[in-house]
Amino acid sequence: MQVPLSWYLVVAAALFCIGLYGVLSRRNAIGILMGVELMLNAVNVNLIAFWRYVEVVQASVAGQVFAIIVITVAAAEAAVGLALIIAIYRSRRTVDVTEADQLKL
Amino acid sequence: MTANLFFNLTWLIPLFPLAAFAIIVLWTNRNQLLSTWVAWIGIGLAWILGWLIFWLAGYHAKYLTAPVENFPVPLFSIPTGSTELQVGFQVDTLTGLMLFMVPFVCLMIFIYSKGYMNYGTKAVDSRYSRFFAYISLFACGMLGLVVSDNLVTLLIFWEVMGLCSYLLIGFWFEKKYADPNRITPKQAGLKAFLTTRIGDILMLAGMLLLYTQTGTLTFKEIFSSEVLEKLATTYAFGQVPWATVIAILIFGGAVGKSAQFPLHIWLPDAMEGPTPVSALIHAATMVSAGVYLVARIIPLFVAVEGGTQLAVVAFIGAFTALFSGTMAIAQNDIKRVLAYSTISQLGFMFAALGIGAYVAAVFHLITHAFFKALLFLGSGSVIHGVEHGHHHTAHEGHGHESPEGDLRGGEFDANDMMNMGGLLRRMPATGWAFIVGALALTGIFPWAGFWSKDEILADAWNAFMHGTEFGVAKFWPIFVWAMLIVAALLTAFYTARLVFLTFAGRPRTEAAHHAPESVPSMTWPLIILAIFSTFLGLFGMPWASQVYNLLGKYSTILGEHIPHGEFNALVAGISLFVAALGWLFGWLLYGRKPLAAAVDPLEKPLGPVYTLFKNRYYIDQIYQKVIIRPVIGLASAAYAFDDRIVIDPIVDGVGRFGRWLSEFLKKAVDNPIVDGAVNGVGRATAWSGEFMRATQTGQIQNYLLVAVVTVLLLLILFIVRS
Repeated sequence: MQVPLSWYLVVAAALFCIGLYGVLSRRNAIGILMGVELMLNAVNVNLIAFWRYVEVVQASVAGQVFAIIVITVAAAEAAVGLALIIAIYRSRRTVDVTEADQLKL
Repeated sequence: MTANLFFNLTWLIPLFPLAAFAIIVLWTNRNQLLSTWVAWIGIGLAWILGWLIFWLAGYHAKYLTAPVENFPVPLFSIPTGSTELQVGFQVDTLTGLMLFMVPFVCLMIFIYSKGYMNYGTKAVDSRYSRFFAYISLFACGMLGLVVSDNLVTLLIFWEVMGLCSYLLIGFWFEKKYADPNRITPKQAGLKAFLTTRIGDILMLAGMLLLYTQTGTLTFKEIFSSEVLEKLATTYAFGQVPWATVIAILIFGGAVGKSAQFPLHIWLPDAMEGPTPVSALIHAATMVSAGVYLVARIIPLFVAVEGGTQLAVVAFIGAFTALFSGTMAIAQNDIKRVLAYSTISQLGFMFAALGIGAYVAAVFHLITHAFFKALLFLGSGSVIHGVEHGHHHTAHEGHGHESPEGDLRGGEFDANDMMNMGGLLRRMPATGWAFIVGALALTGIFPWAGFWSKDEILADAWNAFMHGTEFGVAKFWPIFVWAMLIVAALLTAFYTARLVFLTFAGRPRTEAAHHAPESVPSMTWPLIILAIFSTFLGLFGMPWASQVYNLLGKYSTILGEHIPHGEFNALVAGISLFVAALGWLFGWLLYGRKPLAAAVDPLEKPLGPVYTLFKNRYYIDQIYQKVIIRPVIGLASAAYAFDDRIVIDPIVDGVGRFGRWLSEFLKKAVDNPIVDGAVNGVGRATAWSGEFMRATQTGQIQNYLLVAVVTVLLLLILFIVRS
């Protein structure tokens, strides 16, 4: 029996919401970064699922290419994000994002 | 040509005293000696140049033909609408004669002033330098007047003299008298200024009419035969030609300046000024300006044959001559007697002009200036001496001083002849010079006044016998002659009274007893003027009249008309007899035996007439009642109308209404609405800023949350709508 598309979508939505929750609620910057990764991967799941189930796009490789680009961007994002976190840690000796509120200044 | 060179320098003459005025006022007024010298040098240069031009003008008058005699030299022109006003100066023989008299007499007076204003003593006047500045400016006015070639600059200099007259009469403006009825220098200055202003207004009106009729105010152009012809043949109204109207109006200015009836009232009061001023302004020069003006524009007067203008001049002159003579006999103030005599003598000149005796009038003007300056300076010297004598007695505290001090009590008046007497022995130089002046004034042979006064009387007599060429009715010459003969009698009488009361007999007060002779800078001008008063008449002897030679060719218009002052033994005899009679009466009343008390021996026999004379016919009071009171009343009424009843309340009301309206608008509109809106905007901005501020936490998670919520809301909206 073939797994229906909706299951994938539910899993992806669940993953996205977990990631979003992590982004909005975690105080640790690394946790937020992990939340972001979750959200990106939820998107990837969606992309692949839609590619596999929608016949119009099945002929091409657009879904896989999208997913690979997102993974690449996620890697770059993780690298930049971790570099920022290290810079903040070096200057403030903490990775608590509530402490880093210079944007309002 | 050298002559032209000097004529071209004529305009410098008034500039020298003007420069002296400026220098004294701006720089040297702290140094009295320097100021004196600046004034002396200014007038001295004017004198030298003036005499030079006088001699040259005389020389040219003999040899040049008439039209060349005028030397009008335009200096610059002022654009006046469609035409241009040429401003310049001119030299002719009349100007030359004035330049002979004015700067020289001025120089004498300037020299005299140094002593009179007490230079170098403790009593030196606190405004000594200013005095010299004023008299320099005054000299500038008179000299500018005589060299002007048009009526505009003439009027300007005329008014400069009016101003100086005001300043100098009121020179001791802080002086107050115990007697409230006695006029103070300040009031006298105002009176002179305002009275002459009446004449000046008439003169200005005449000038404006002349300008509208002819389009020019330059003498040369006015006196061209076409212009005179036009003025004489166009009629202002009825059968009165413009020439008559204009001549009479301009004569009005001369009446004011020369203090003729009915504008004579200012001159006696002008004696409140320092005596050199009285000599300078109110005898020798300024009052002569009126006579000079009429002499200058005489072609306008003779343009109409038999016009009323000459009769007006003759009548005013002759009447004033007699009228002021009567007032002079009852005055006790030495300077006032001389003031009335000045008015009277100016009347002689106007009367002469009125009957066409042009040469005689100008001749009398010149001689009169010399001997009247002499008399005034002499009286100043006397007053000065008596004042010093008074101070001397007051300080020494003589035991035998008469208890009253002044015979009539009250404050001591150094001008009062009743306080003098016997001064010839105390002040011989002053006294003898004064007597020479008195002889000249009364027309005793051979002093200057005899020749000039006799020429006027002879011309009047001849005009009566043979008629004049001006078409003057025969009545006027004989009227003038009769009036002037009586006036000459009065002149001799009051002059004799003056001389005997002042110089003869015994001193009537301690002050007179101790009066010292004046300083040399005061006596020398007297002596020089006395010499001139003695010999000047010889230049106008009827059979060899240099004055006639000079003036006879004054202009082409007058050339053939001017009567030659023929000598008439009968007339000369009568005038000499009358003068002698006057002296005799004077001696009988005042000289034969010393005055017992300070009561005029005339007072009793003349009775009310004497009071009338003494109070000057009550003319001042009549003017006060008839003119001044109504004018002031009218002015106060107009003031009340303007300031308290109508105009000002309206203006105030409008102002108050405007103020009320704006107050109302402020409360009703501005404060709640406009201000409210503006403040509301501000407050709303501040409040919303405060409110929005809370959303700006700087926490990235908050921002993200907002974004998520917004997206969710949009999503819901999208779903609901679709």
